[in-house]
Amino acid sequence: MSLLEVQGLTRSFGGLRAVSNLSFAVERGSILGIIGPNGAGKTTTFSLISGFDRPSAGEVLFKGERITGLSPDVICLRGLTRTFQIMQAFPKLTVLQNVMIGAYARHRAVSAARSHATEVLRKLGMAARVEEQARNLTLADLKRLEIAKALATSPELLLLDEVVSGLTPTEVEELVGLIRNVRAGGVTIIMIEHVMQAIMALSDTIVVLHHGEKIFEGPPRQVATNPAVVQAYLGEELALA
Amino acid sequence: MSSALILQAIVSGLLLGGVYSLICVGLTLTFGVMRIINFAHGEFLMVAMYATYFFAVGFKLEPYAAIVVVLPGLFLFGVMVFYFLIRPIQSRDPLNQMLLLVGLSLVLQNGALALFSPDTRALQSSLLYSKIELGDVIVGTPMLIAFAVSIIVTLALYWQLRFTEFGRMIRAATSDRGAAELMGINVNRVNMLSFGMGVGCLGIAAPLMMPVYYVVPDIGTFFILIAFVVVVLGGLGNFVGAMLASFLVAIAQSIGALFMPGSTAPVLPFLLFVLVLLFKPEGLFGRTSR
Amino acid sequence: MTALGQTFLVGVLFLFMLSAPTFLSDHQTHILIQILFFAYVSSCWNILGGFAGQLSFGHALFLAVGAYTSTMLLLQFGVSPWIGMLVGGMLAGSLGLFIGYLSFRYGIKGTFFVLVTLAFAEIARIIALNTSAIGGASGLYIPIRGNDFWYLKFVNKAHYYYVIFGLLLVVLAVTAWLERSRTGHRLIAIRENEDAAQALGINSLRYKLLATALSAFLTALGGTFYAHYVTFIDPSTLLNMNLALEITIYSIVGGIGTLLGPLLGAAVLVPIAETVRTELGHNYAGVHLVVYGALLMIIVRYAPEGIIGLIRWLREQWAKSRSLPTHHTSEAKP
Repeated sequence: MSLLEVQGLTRSFGGLRAVSNLSFAVERGSILGIIGPNGAGKTTTFSLISGFDRPSAGEVLFKGERITGLSPDVICLRGLTRTFQIMQAFPKLTVLQNVMIGAYARHRAVSAARSHATEVLRKLGMAARVEEQARNLTLADLKRLEIAKALATSPELLLLDEVVSGLTPTEVEELVGLIRNVRAGGVTIIMIEHVMQAIMALSDTIVVLHHGEKIFEGPPRQVATNPAVVQAYLGEELALA
Repeated sequence: MSSALILQAIVSGLLLGGVYSLICVGLTLTFGVMRIINFAHGEFLMVAMYATYFFAVGFKLEPYAAIVVVLPGLFLFGVMVFYFLIRPIQSRDPLNQMLLLVGLSLVLQNGALALFSPDTRALQSSLLYSKIELGDVIVGTPMLIAFAVSIIVTLALYWQLRFTEFGRMIRAATSDRGAAELMGINVNRVNMLSFGMGVGCLGIAAPLMMPVYYVVPDIGTFFILIAFVVVVLGGLGNFVGAMLASFLVAIAQSIGALFMPGSTAPVLPFLLFVLVLLFKPEGLFGRTSR
Repeated sequence: MTALGQTFLVGVLFLFMLSAPTFLSDHQTHILIQILFFAYVSSCWNILGGFAGQLSFGHALFLAVGAYTSTMLLLQFGVSPWIGMLVGGMLAGSLGLFIGYLSFRYGIKGTFFVLVTLAFAEIARIIALNTSAIGGASGLYIPIRGNDFWYLKFVNKAHYYYVIFGLLLVVLAVTAWLERSRTGHRLIAIRENEDAAQALGINSLRYKLLATALSAFLTALGGTFYAHYVTFIDPSTLLNMNLALEITIYSIVGGIGTLLGPLLGAAVLVPIAETVRTELGHNYAGVHLVVYGALLMIIVRYAPEGIIGLIRWLREQWAKSRSLPTHHTSEAKP
């Protein structure tokens, strides 16, 4: 049984179909990359899977159970956590407090949440920043914080939305290594990315979306040569690392 | 319940609706600029009414004459409030902006209380008691004048918004600031002027209302609550919606007063308000287009 | 200031507050009671407004529910206000749940929630004015009966003082618990960013309802106190929008979302109001609101985190100027 199964997922806004009859499966322990030109429906897909939006049609199965239409908090407690493309930190709280909020999903005691959060932050190399207010962080640290918060919920499936965009190549390298560690820790990952360097390096499988439809699914090395993909990206810059 | 009474209620409501519409259309204009409801709008009306009162009493003129002073005065007042108070915090959280205006409304209302005492003040207009009878329906002349002028002004504003260059600029600036700037519109100036216009509406409404109402420091509260209800019912930012909703609310109040026990009729607009917010938050008349 | 120093200061303050009525005049005690009353009610408001981030301009409604419930129970059935207080609290809590559910379930938030609370309070005011069974516009009087603890009747102002002081301690304890507990932290997360909170497993509806019910319940207790201290209640004083605004101002000026903000706000503003009233000579209810309104504007514009925020900022400046080692502060985020 696949960890996550998306079946015929569709989201229409009036006449416009943001996501159209999308189906794919994600196996436990793998990393799935989702790419596509802007407006392809990638973040909408994440919203549909994580409960922030209701599909017009289709089903989402997590661990064999239907989670379509459930609210985001329930889905998170089941083991599926998402990050946001636009940083959604808790601005006035410190880094540690931010991550503790995530930890509270699994820990009832404040002290237990605190130690778990500290541990997560240490693993992400942010131990030095714990007492800083989230609104004072650099972009790179904010991206890391976003991952840390999600990780603290001890998810089985992590949805990462453009976690390396806007970073320098060195920062990207660091984060790639980090994500590999996360996977090694037993977390299955789906990533949306524009930065090809990262997504090609990390993904076991890639899904390409265009105008809400899946136009390709397969291993990374086949993506660049696939005619449908190239066609979709004409006019976009395909920065192959 | 005689049909004459109901007819009277409808007519009274209609006339009242005209006045509400001028007040609420002004609120809609300021909403377009600020994206939040101006909490101090009622107090601006109060200021205009006191200004009208003192002008009329001081110069021993008809209240309608006060318009020459009160209209430009309120417009300028609105412009200054926008420039000095609102613009500096425009990028902040809407709740913050609302609180600022709440503070302003408190200052104005209670300042008036301190300066003018809680005594009601009303004008002695030669027109005060004259009325027109249309069959079974009695219509006070001042009310009729208020209605007529309000409708004319409201329609003129609508025409301006829809068909003039400046109106187009206002609509552009309020619907998409960034795009408007790219088109070369000085958004700050447009916002300032349309805010001023929104407040200026009150400068017209006040002289029209003084022959019919009295003024006390907290008269603003009464009107602002109705105005909130109207603009939400009409669809926030929807100019025409505000006009239509004004009549709806006024007539509902008027007819409600006939049927509801005691003086509980004022409850109606608020009940309607809550229901609309819950089930049709875009208002009865749809999209927040303008 | 060290932690020990802070504890010492708080201890001294506490002792002072405890013994105040013994060395203060009746009038001064009255002022202190006012400070504590507004600090109390504002702290209750702060639970919903500051911690949960849902501003309400209708809290006077809960105050009124508390006042009217216990008074009616007393007048009609001779029920002790201590019990009436709890009944009023439950009623207010239920009403809060109702209003909250209606609003939050339908996605009403921010400035719209403010308007909804206003609307409900206004509806209540109009109904109350027209319901002669609860006194209508003339209001209700509480018969003065000398000294009777069970009926919350005291000859000595000091005893009223201790009641409100006790209530204040209760709400401060609740607030302190919110600051330190998982529940409170999750509530704050909702305030900071509701979507992000939900993504991390927080059922924001449930927490917002909890805050609303708690806030409403506690506020109503204050209403009962008010009724028995002032011995007269009517819709125009209790269901007054100005009163509702006043409640929020103490928290906002003092420091919204903080433990001591409302108390600080009340301690600063109530004496100012007193001074304004006596200096200006007129006794029109509400003139002090000119000052409150002006201060609100200044705070919102220049120090949105209130007096407590200012104190924090000053301490940071002081620490910086003494070149104490601070954390490596990264550049502001883009």
